[in-house]
Amino acid sequence: MRPVYLDNNATTRVDPEVVQAMLPFFTEQFGNASSMHAFGAAVGDAMRTARKQVQELIGAEFDHEIIFTSGGTESDNSAILSALETQVGRDEIITTMVEHPGILSLCDHLAKTRGITVHKIGVDSMGRLDIEAYRKALGPKTAIVSMMWANNETGTLFPVDLLAELAHEAGALFHTDAVQAVGKIAIDIKSTEIDMLSLSGHKLHAPKGIGALYVRKGVRFRPMIRGGHQERGRRAGTENVPAVIGLGKASELALKHMADEQTRVKALRDRLEKGLLQQVGNSFVTGDPTNRLPNTCNIAFEYIEGEAILLLLNKAGIAASSGSACTSGSLEPSHVLRAMKVPYTAAHGAIRFSFCRDNGEADVDQVLEAVPAIIAKLRELSPFWQGADKAPAVFNPTFA
Amino acid sequence: MWDYTDKVKEHFFNPKNSGVLEGADGVGDVGAISCGDALRLMIKVDKETDVITHAKFQTFGCGSAIASSSALTEMIIGKTIDEAMNITNQDIADFLGGLPPEKMHCSVMGYEALRAAVANYKGEEWADDHEEGALVCKCFGVDEGMIERAIRGNHLTTVEQITHYTKAGGGCSTCAEAIEDVLTKTNKLMVEEGVLAASEAFDPTNAIRRSAKPNQPKVSPLAPTTNHGGAPAKLTTLQKIKLIEQAIEEIRPFLQADGGDCQLVDVEGETVYVQLSGSCVGCQMASVTLNGVQEKLVEKLGFLVRVVPVKNH
Repeated sequence: MRPVYLDNNATTRVDPEVVQAMLPFFTEQFGNASSMHAFGAAVGDAMRTARKQVQELIGAEFDHEIIFTSGGTESDNSAILSALETQVGRDEIITTMVEHPGILSLCDHLAKTRGITVHKIGVDSMGRLDIEAYRKALGPKTAIVSMMWANNETGTLFPVDLLAELAHEAGALFHTDAVQAVGKIAIDIKSTEIDMLSLSGHKLHAPKGIGALYVRKGVRFRPMIRGGHQERGRRAGTENVPAVIGLGKASELALKHMADEQTRVKALRDRLEKGLLQQVGNSFVTGDPTNRLPNTCNIAFEYIEGEAILLLLNKAGIAASSGSACTSGSLEPSHVLRAMKVPYTAAHGAIRFSFCRDNGEADVDQVLEAVPAIIAKLRELSPFWQGADKAPAVFNPTFA
Repeated sequence: MWDYTDKVKEHFFNPKNSGVLEGADGVGDVGAISCGDALRLMIKVDKETDVITHAKFQTFGCGSAIASSSALTEMIIGKTIDEAMNITNQDIADFLGGLPPEKMHCSVMGYEALRAAVANYKGEEWADDHEEGALVCKCFGVDEGMIERAIRGNHLTTVEQITHYTKAGGGCSTCAEAIEDVLTKTNKLMVEEGVLAASEAFDPTNAIRRSAKPNQPKVSPLAPTTNHGGAPAKLTTLQKIKLIEQAIEEIRPFLQADGGDCQLVDVEGETVYVQLSGSCVGCQMASVTLNGVQEKLVEKLGFLVRVVPVKNH
């Protein structure tokens, strides 16, 4: 059976061009960038190019504002911990109820071990942030605000420009976890007031285990990992050179394909969404329809459970995910959908299809072909399903 | 991706006896949509012989919940009520060739649904004895109340002991911190009530004692004292075997409580061969059990040994 990969928010295929760019840095240009010889110098030059490529992708003013890390989670942790150290006298964090565990777990830990006050701002039924609650939470004790650019489950975008301005009015630093946004939407960080931004390589066709933290020039920073002088003393440890080169190349390619993401990929997503809503009753799309990533479709099928859907999809060659892949070890329904007050009857049956530039029309055809029968089969098994004419729609946000 | 057996897949992809059973004599509903799984079991019983002639199910839940339901109906059809009531959740899991530890609760749901359906058939009230307390260990469905009861009833003071008594923390172990919290709280209350000595209570600030058993020397006093130059004392084979037998004796009550057992077969250098029997055989948790045996031995002997299970013949 033809495999259809629609789980690109979980991870992406490394682009073959990225692999090609990385290969020489294993066996030929294997030097340590810190070394005082030709082997080191060549690597240093290549890393400078990679840093510039990442700089261009996010529209940073200076290349030294990019710090290479091991990925999104390290970047998130570094940003928060640095702010608590540099913002003397401030011991509160503001974040949202729908953040990635990279932020939420750390905040919970800080609240427990260091007595840090954490404000988690809620969202409405479409996943839009409660800006009024955010304004009220801001104050002279706020050290840092961390709010994601794009939600990994629903694709909903937060107005980070505005959120950063509000943080600065209160004297707080503003960090955004942009792991899902970078590479999918155009970003020009220098035109915003955002102080720090996390990005991850494997979400944009670079390898796993590489990411970056953007720290605006002039923002005081304290490293989380101490040791050597790498990354201007902001992240110690010998650089993962091949992966850095890979992230650079992937950034260049993401910029090149940005228009494709906004048009062709978005059209694929829209066709899938419309088709599923038409063919399957008692289903609805979650998230903010007017303000969403172009590649993400999160659709809730009422009265059935997500894992069972995924297993049957997998049998039909289709890879998707249920809630966040990071929480698949847990039995709780997605914290994002719960924060949006999506009822349990639907939250358990929410499936995320996430596209990338590798996908085509045939992928959409295959999903539209397989899904209606899968949903019908599982609903037949469900004790809560009373038949299409009898099942009330428990949740029906207006959605065109 | 869960590691499901072929049997689980077979019963999920092609479930047996699914749907509504018209004119059922007994209906059992367990679980809830908010928990992510719910099972309705419907049975027809021959009034003369007490034999379950028909069984059907409807399940809202994951792959293993549907497979467990399907397996349950296959297992009970043709059995008398009494025979069916002897089926344990482990039997359901075994029938499916095992379930991932995190999914064992699916077999428990089947076990409970059968009880609910039989109670309904007999016209009895069936009470769900699961409290709605927050689950601490999701792998084994252990809530705070159960852990508290185990701590109080047995004066437990370490996380390892709690795992042995309740299985909480014996699967993925991500709940270790949560178990520590319950332990700290409960031990503190017990000290205040005067039922536990403060010196024995779990101390969350002492990182080293967290993993060690209190009031127990690392190396058994049985170890010879002729210790040359501070190097670890070398045990004779006989001493070693005695220590190993002693360690296994200490563990057996826990295994026997779960219907299993463990016996020493042979010792070869640093490799200890044991035989697991009873319900330990084929149990998903056998490797956890072996780890427990190994830990106990290392603690007793004071040096690293490898525990290898011997197949039953």
